[in-house]
Amino acid sequence: MNKPNSEEQAVRLRVRRGCGDGPSRDDVYSVPVDAAASLLDGLRWVRNYLDNSLAFRYSCTNANACKECMMHLDGKVVYACLARPQPGAEHLVEPLPNKPRLRDLVTEIAPTRERLRLDAEGSSGKTGD
Amino acid sequence: MQQKPISCLHTDVLVIGAGGAGMSAALAAAQAGRRVLLADRSLIGRGGATIMAQMTVAAALGAQVEDHWRHHYADTLKAGRGLCNEALARVLCEEGVDAIRLLDSWDVGWARKDGRLAQVQAPGHDRPRCVYVDILNTGPAVAQTLRTRVAREELVRRVGDLLICELLLQDGRVVGALALHLDSGEPVLIGASATIIATGGLTRLYRRNSASLNMGGDGFALALRAGAALIDMEFVQFFPIGHLAPRLVGFDPIMWDPFRYKLGGRLLNGNEEEFVSRYDNDAKRDGYTTTRDAATYAILKEVEAGRGTPAGGAWLSFRHLPEAALREGFGPVIDKLLANGIDLTRSMIEVAPIAHYHMGGIRVDTDLATDVPGLYAAGEAVGGANGANRLSGNAITEAIVFGLRAGRSAARADAHVTSSAALQALAGPLLAELRQTQPGGTEAAPAALLTQLQDVMQDYVGPFRTDAGLTEALRRLCHLRAALGPALPGGTGPQDPTRLDALDLRNMLLVAEAVTRSALARQESRGAHQREDFPEQDDAWTVNQAISLRNGHWVLARQPVARLPDHELASDNVGAHQ
Repeated sequence: MNKPNSEEQAVRLRVRRGCGDGPSRDDVYSVPVDAAASLLDGLRWVRNYLDNSLAFRYSCTNANACKECMMHLDGKVVYACLARPQPGAEHLVEPLPNKPRLRDLVTEIAPTRERLRLDAEGSSGKTGD
Repeated sequence: MQQKPISCLHTDVLVIGAGGAGMSAALAAAQAGRRVLLADRSLIGRGGATIMAQMTVAAALGAQVEDHWRHHYADTLKAGRGLCNEALARVLCEEGVDAIRLLDSWDVGWARKDGRLAQVQAPGHDRPRCVYVDILNTGPAVAQTLRTRVAREELVRRVGDLLICELLLQDGRVVGALALHLDSGEPVLIGASATIIATGGLTRLYRRNSASLNMGGDGFALALRAGAALIDMEFVQFFPIGHLAPRLVGFDPIMWDPFRYKLGGRLLNGNEEEFVSRYDNDAKRDGYTTTRDAATYAILKEVEAGRGTPAGGAWLSFRHLPEAALREGFGPVIDKLLANGIDLTRSMIEVAPIAHYHMGGIRVDTDLATDVPGLYAAGEAVGGANGANRLSGNAITEAIVFGLRAGRSAARADAHVTSSAALQALAGPLLAELRQTQPGGTEAAPAALLTQLQDVMQDYVGPFRTDAGLTEALRRLCHLRAALGPALPGGTGPQDPTRLDALDLRNMLLVAEAVTRSALARQESRGAHQREDFPEQDDAWTVNQAISLRNGHWVLARQPVARLPDHELASDNVGAHQ
């Protein structure tokens, strides 16, 4: 980005990344304002054009129907599909702090009874449950 | 380093996809005494299309005016332009009545008027037939009701974040599946006596869509690779006035339709002129008789003529209405719009046709059994019931009806136990791929290729098609396949986005090609399939097309439309009697 004006108009997302209990690092992405009407739009733009390894989860994309895209934005719980980044601002984006992290912004959000725990499963054909 | 042993789950019935159809199937199979594994790549009962449905559900309940499923059936066939599988359409309409009452008995909350179920008349219906849950809450209420019922069934094991990657076949029979456990990134084997695909449609193939992430058509790809045939794949339904611009945060893109009808929103071209009626004659001549098709036609023709809006659609305007009327009609929505910077008394919004539903799908009989033993389908994943165009309000009905019926059928399947070792052997090459990390980065990000695929489909395989465009689409899909390459990119860890995008892209490329090849072959215009180089409907094409893979090659065949012997009886067309 060499145009200071466009840089000013960009949204900067500082994303806390890492896998499981492992170490974390921050990656900062600059996203054009019109590609980041919502935080989720911005993250999808990053995945498409800057870094296809950035992990976050969502399903319904637009409508706040699936409740999957919960994460932290500047220390507050948000749905990424509803949160609106501010032009020119730098936002801190983190995984939910009270759920085990899987990768980057993806945490274990499914109810326990709807999750498969491989360590509790047999590999020799044990019947489920 | 020794590889970890692979986890293996055994069940009677595997249900892939936990939307309305999948949850209904799981309930029915459990009630028949079978153990069910209900798997979804997202959360149970929250992904997919059901929860997104805002509008209405059709069933001949006769709560407001006299009705009979035969009237609903006649409307369904009419909308389907001669291509409905009549046996499936009959099941939909006849069993829809009990299905909607069943949901009522489970307190889904259908709106009531004077103590009876409220029914409205949606486009294409001959009388008020469509129930709903206020306000625009039909889908969420149906999903929540089914979620609650499924959670009470001890025989149903619910597993979210489990992506089914491949069906496993032994001696021509589906005996289970290979899955990816997203929390860990490890493969999981599933053995099942019967498997039901309830993964919904394919609207994510298009740039402009009303789809959730999981509507990439993965169930169609699973079915194709297992040897099942797909039918009517050329018929993709576009919703004429999907939201286009400005970007709206927190709204479903199909939100405008009820307000347009209720308040009389005006569709204007880029020069702010009315235009839809100008196309009336052309549209009728070309067979666009329903409201949906006609608006799609008019908007795209206007854009083509250089009279589109800046983002390439039409304006939807409510500016002619007084603020009080808008406030009354939109309710709390108007403040949500204001928060998005949209003041409907001053500004217009841009709308355009968006991919909304897939009429085509997996070929089944009335037991919802596919051509492949052990494999069933339910819901939008089924092809045939809706022919060339789906009647408004039939989608949730078919999800519940076909789901319950598929669950009962699958429960009758003979027990078929496959050992873990045998399943592992059947999983073969893909299992090996899933257990390997692809060294180095990818040349092209799968996510970016996926976006390119959506562009190809939107631009060349959208509502209007030509031989040249469809041929170009096939060429571009081929390039995208080459760009993805043969190896599976990404790693073996949890929730690896590169790997997940690549798996999705593989499936989407396959399904996109099935749609494109079917569209190229059908040299006529009918319902949702409109060929600019063959603008007329052609009686010789009153046949269905089935497409399948044989030894890696596409096989496209025509088959007669399944007619019911009592068609005359079922039809309301009294004038047709000799």
